[in-house]
Amino acid sequence: MARLESVRVPLGACPSSTSSVPVTTVTSRHSALVRVTHWITTLCFLALLVSGVEIVISHPRFYWGETGNVLTTPLFKLPIPSSRALVPTGYGYVLPDQNGWSRYLHFQAAWVVVLTGLLYIISALFTGHLRKNLLPGKADLSLRAFSTAIANHLRFERPSEAEAWSYNVLQRLTYLFVIFVLFPLVIWTGLAMSPAFVSALPATVTVLGGQQSARTIHFFVSLSLLLFLLVHVVMVCLAGFRSRMRAMITGRAGTNMEHT
Amino acid sequence: MNDLSRRKLITTGLAATAGASALGVAARLAQKYGLVPPDHRGIYGLGETLTYASQRLLTRHSLAREFSRSHISKPPLANEIPPLNEAFNRLQAGGFADWRLSVNGLVDRPASFSLDQLKSYPSHSQITSLQCEEGWSYIAEWNGVTLSHVLEIVGVQPQARYVVYFSIDPDWWESIDMADALHPQTFIAYGMNGSELPVGNGGPLRVRLPRQLGYKSVKYITQLTVTDSLKGFGKGLGSASPEGGYAWYAGI
Repeated sequence: MARLESVRVPLGACPSSTSSVPVTTVTSRHSALVRVTHWITTLCFLALLVSGVEIVISHPRFYWGETGNVLTTPLFKLPIPSSRALVPTGYGYVLPDQNGWSRYLHFQAAWVVVLTGLLYIISALFTGHLRKNLLPGKADLSLRAFSTAIANHLRFERPSEAEAWSYNVLQRLTYLFVIFVLFPLVIWTGLAMSPAFVSALPATVTVLGGQQSARTIHFFVSLSLLLFLLVHVVMVCLAGFRSRMRAMITGRAGTNMEHT
Repeated sequence: MNDLSRRKLITTGLAATAGASALGVAARLAQKYGLVPPDHRGIYGLGETLTYASQRLLTRHSLAREFSRSHISKPPLANEIPPLNEAFNRLQAGGFADWRLSVNGLVDRPASFSLDQLKSYPSHSQITSLQCEEGWSYIAEWNGVTLSHVLEIVGVQPQARYVVYFSIDPDWWESIDMADALHPQTFIAYGMNGSELPVGNGGPLRVRLPRQLGYKSVKYITQLTVTDSLKGFGKGLGSASPEGGYAWYAGI
């Protein structure tokens, strides 16, 4: 799909003398696979977030170690009401129980996003997407390049033309961190809460310090992913919501449509 | 239509057909090897089937983690329980002397066991964690007879695929496949932390199934039924949990 488009309208193939072609050069910014996996991941992420919040509401207390319940001292409590009367929350009411569908949805979305993620990673390795688009170049990793990128971000500067076509170093490192650290961690800590899974692979929970530790880490990694999502959406808005959305939906990225 | 897109269309069509037939074959095989949970229909059936199938392949014989005595949660937690019915109160007044566990279905010798009979069989113990789907957990030592021993006494017929178990509370019943039923850590438990199983924790008799969430460890059990199909029980979803919106398989 992406290849077809670039064959039809190759970047920079329009001779500047032909006045009939539009000024804006159109080509594929994101491959079809990246776009499809991006939106499946988005849907799954939202499903996991909503269902995860519902599950937490049934016991908004967190512990460290192997066990934890209302009779033990929590590491911390969330200042929210609960959907279970057993949990002392300080609120005079109990929320409705939504755990059934939340748990079904949570695990279904987890399966879909894990399989989608695998497809993405495998294709990223084979198509060179990882090397070309995500791994920072040598020059990018200098202190100078770093400070420039950070300074530009702090000044809320609009991204340069080139950045509509390629990720800057901070984006690359953030995406790599999300893909290779946060996602694996959230999957691992999720599985470490499964009594059946850890019966086959007990080390997956013991190295984390126990099942309740796994639950607590799962919560914080999920918070980090939520923070990433919020920053990601803010950055998309700052960079030009319409053009970035168009690029991720249709694959087309107009370099200057936003300004005209 | 140019050549390139026609070729693409044909390849896509072939790939889709191959994919669909592969899925069909996979579904057949999964059904044959007992990898499809009874609540596999509906929008969440895909996730449930993937979880159950992969865990059946990975964990058929694996043992739940056991802990040392020093890990036992003090004080022991007793979760909220629904108000117990008249039948329970009557048996409790009699010190549970008349409590019976009847075993029927696909067995050679249907039987009804008293608590004393169950306690006369080889007693086993496990120090395992009970995990609630809400997120909390506690560790306790459980004493009981293995379900596999009870099944051996009554003689399970070869076509058996599930064991359905019922609480004295008619709204609470569950079922497990034979891999879990014959698992060495699946207990009919009558003791906890060295004494009689307290009523708050399911006494006098409960199931202990440490590789699944707490709601599968049904309290106050009075009946076991061995079957080859779950269709005839309740709405045919396998247990009371899916009828209330919760997954049948709770190994997560």
